[in-house]
Amino acid sequence: MPEPTPSPLGTAAPTAATPVGRTKRSSYPIEHFVADVDETPVRATDSTVSDAAPRSLWGEAWRSLRKQPLFIISAILILAVIFVALFPGLFTNEPPNENCLLENSDGGPAPGHPLGFTVQGCDILSRVVHGTQSSLTVGLFATLGVVLIGGLIGALAGFFGGWVDAVLARIGDIFFALPLILGAIVVVQLPVFQQNRNVWTLVVILVTFGWPQIARITRAAVIEVRNADFVTAARSLGVSPLGALVKHVIPNALAPVIVIATISLGTFIVAESTLSFLGIGLPPDVMSWGNDIFSAKPSLRSNPMAIFWPGLALSITVLSFIMLGDALRDALDPKARKR
Amino acid sequence: MSSSISSGGGRRAARNDTPARAASGGVQPLLELRDLAITFSTANGDVPAVRNAHLTVMPGETVAIVGESGSGKSTTALAAIGLLPANGRVSNGSIIFDGEDITSASEKRIIELRGSSIGMVPQDPMSNLNPVWKIGFQVKETLRANGLPSGPQDVAKVLSEAGLPDAASRANQYPHEFSGGMRQRALIAIGLSCRPRLLIADEPTSALDVTVQRQILDHLDTMTEELGTAVLLITHDLGLAAERAHKVIVMYKGQVVEAGPALELLTNPRHPYTQKLVASAPSIASRRIESAKKAGVATDDLLAPAAARGPSLDKVIEVEDLTKVFKIRGNWGRSTDFTAVDKVSFSIARGTTTAVVGESGSGKSTVAKMVLGLEGATSGSIKFDGVDITTLGRKEMFDFRRRVQPIFQDPYGSLDPMYNIYRTIEEPLRVHGIGDAKSREKKVRELLDQVALPSSMMQRFPNELSGGQRQRVAIARALALDPEVVICDEAVSALDVLVQAQILNLLADLQADLGLSYLFITHDLAVVRQIADHVAVMEKGRLVEQGTTDEVFDNPRTAYTQALLAAIPGAGLVLPPEVA
Repeated sequence: MPEPTPSPLGTAAPTAATPVGRTKRSSYPIEHFVADVDETPVRATDSTVSDAAPRSLWGEAWRSLRKQPLFIISAILILAVIFVALFPGLFTNEPPNENCLLENSDGGPAPGHPLGFTVQGCDILSRVVHGTQSSLTVGLFATLGVVLIGGLIGALAGFFGGWVDAVLARIGDIFFALPLILGAIVVVQLPVFQQNRNVWTLVVILVTFGWPQIARITRAAVIEVRNADFVTAARSLGVSPLGALVKHVIPNALAPVIVIATISLGTFIVAESTLSFLGIGLPPDVMSWGNDIFSAKPSLRSNPMAIFWPGLALSITVLSFIMLGDALRDALDPKARKR
Repeated sequence: MSSSISSGGGRRAARNDTPARAASGGVQPLLELRDLAITFSTANGDVPAVRNAHLTVMPGETVAIVGESGSGKSTTALAAIGLLPANGRVSNGSIIFDGEDITSASEKRIIELRGSSIGMVPQDPMSNLNPVWKIGFQVKETLRANGLPSGPQDVAKVLSEAGLPDAASRANQYPHEFSGGMRQRALIAIGLSCRPRLLIADEPTSALDVTVQRQILDHLDTMTEELGTAVLLITHDLGLAAERAHKVIVMYKGQVVEAGPALELLTNPRHPYTQKLVASAPSIASRRIESAKKAGVATDDLLAPAAARGPSLDKVIEVEDLTKVFKIRGNWGRSTDFTAVDKVSFSIARGTTTAVVGESGSGKSTVAKMVLGLEGATSGSIKFDGVDITTLGRKEMFDFRRRVQPIFQDPYGSLDPMYNIYRTIEEPLRVHGIGDAKSREKKVRELLDQVALPSSMMQRFPNELSGGQRQRVAIARALALDPEVVICDEAVSALDVLVQAQILNLLADLQADLGLSYLFITHDLAVVRQIADHVAVMEKGRLVEQGTTDEVFDNPRTAYTQALLAAIPGAGLVLPPEVA
């Protein structure tokens, strides 16, 4: 195509009715088609939205969660577990550690004892019900601690970058390289922990080895949000760096952290049981599913139900938290959001 | 409005009863879409994306589909090559390629047609080449799939035809070693490698700088002309479509609203949507002058370039020898210097608009960040009302922030999705401790009114708003502190043409009402013409030319500016002064 010299915009006389310049002319006749205006009405440019109720991002997430069977089932299960943990007395009249008669050892279901007896002759139902509290406490507080410490470190590393990031990320990597169980076994040998074995020391140990995962997730989410225009806009309004981090970056980086935290809540309950099973978790006088699974181990062949019931309680609790995490991930997925 | 063109038996009749064959003197159209309807099935039921779409492409003809985002232009073209997404289907009408109905052709037949008969150049050159394979391999793959000779010399030939210099060695490079323009050339090479009779080009240059865009389109023109390939060009830019196509088809909300010869459509648009589009296309008529007229200001003064308004204008911002050097980290702690901004000097007179124009990588955004005080300068000074802001302390900087505010490009990224509109606009007031809750709410209402949004918007969240509405909210937020200078960093580049025109009008109105000064950072010279008094052209960190808008547009002194001006799509077209 020969290239006519283009006249820069504005140099040609604007009054010219006939256009000049480079356009192509087809060798075929082209009809000028105009659609019926009634069939193709032109709406006002950028008309305002309808009168539907305003919806925040959390509101939208809640709306989509409400319809998800996965969420409904897991939420009901979790609420039930929490209820049992708060009011164990409503579910069993038997005290878990007393009235253990050796004549009932490994006994099957009996009137008033629907799930039978442990090897010590204690009521299984009562032990499972009373064990809920410690398992759930460890899971909840370990998750809370991990989110606070890991979230703080991850957010600082991600937001400030540079040497802060380098130092914090390396420290995280060191802890990340230590396997949780192995690390816990070693740390538990320290005299401090030997003398005070209870729910809270276990929480401290789990947080010590669990925070780097949340720190990594938070760091990645914060780095993604940090460069958004709305953060730059806030900075140029005069908001301080820390203010921008707290008011704009962290709220927007929260979604993935919540999802991972929910899932890891389940894994912390498993970790507590594992440590108790290994005999280095909660002391035997504290009721916990892990302790019960440990003590039912020798009688696995003769009385499998003694290990089945605490195991079932543990599985259902962990599964419902993981299911909740999955449901939350779907609801909070930024790709699933409208625009 | 009368036209001799569609007089043959009425519009509907001309469309349905007269086959294109008769209208084109016995030549069979290469591609014909008849009453095409495309439906997407989503979670909320079936959504019609395209309805009653009708178009013909004659052999060797270039046809452009123009429309805003969501108008169905890409969907229509993808349907022609059988590449609709899994949830989309042709629910009505037919697609006829070279006399053969391929609406429900088998997958095998469609694959036969792809490449050899219908080629495709996709939109985004950055993501459409596979990063793990060499360019040559990706060309070879296409040739081999269509049973053509695929030796190294064939690959090199295909690449050199698309205008890649040194093709034989370039074929051994990976996509990341190519610039955006070169990648698009490679994609065009792949699209045309099998000599298709129809090439579908989906916004082939929208991600590229204007000068590169022009080179690529010129080359595409020449190549398709030589090969006799028909082109179906999809674009949002009416100027570009009119310049490059024989025939322009305007789509709006899934329907073809108008179609015809490019010139006819521009001079005599008959559908109200086309009329709006033609009127809004960045053109000679400056919106700002219109709005000044509306406000009753003597237009003679405003029509004259700002510099001619007399020496009474004081400089609100003076930038002198501004330089920014970035250290690029290399291996083992070594670093190299990269001068992003090199001794740039310009000034902004109060109440006027200065545009900084440049292509990507010219350093224009870095200048904006330094003027905003978000990025420190390596050397040079930025004087705001005579005070150098590069030396301000923390407290003075905080006060300075009230006087200069930014508006960003991406309407989806510039508002915090967690904040509702009220909190977004109120934030600057709260940060600076202005007023109490009640007076702040009053101010937010006023601001929303200024940007023509209803105050019922206050409780809404950004995700419920369209791009243009979000940009209005961003403007309201920027105005909350009554700034003197607003820095617009590509503030309208991401918006559809009609919305863009609305926002430009709004900015001009606000300038007339509030006496704002704008620093407009943009790559789009057509927009500059509409809004700016002064233009500064940047190339690779240096300021190569500056002057009043009229001076720069009428008498560009440097070759770079001339090239930029010539590359504006539709630069050679003159639109009618008034479109009814």
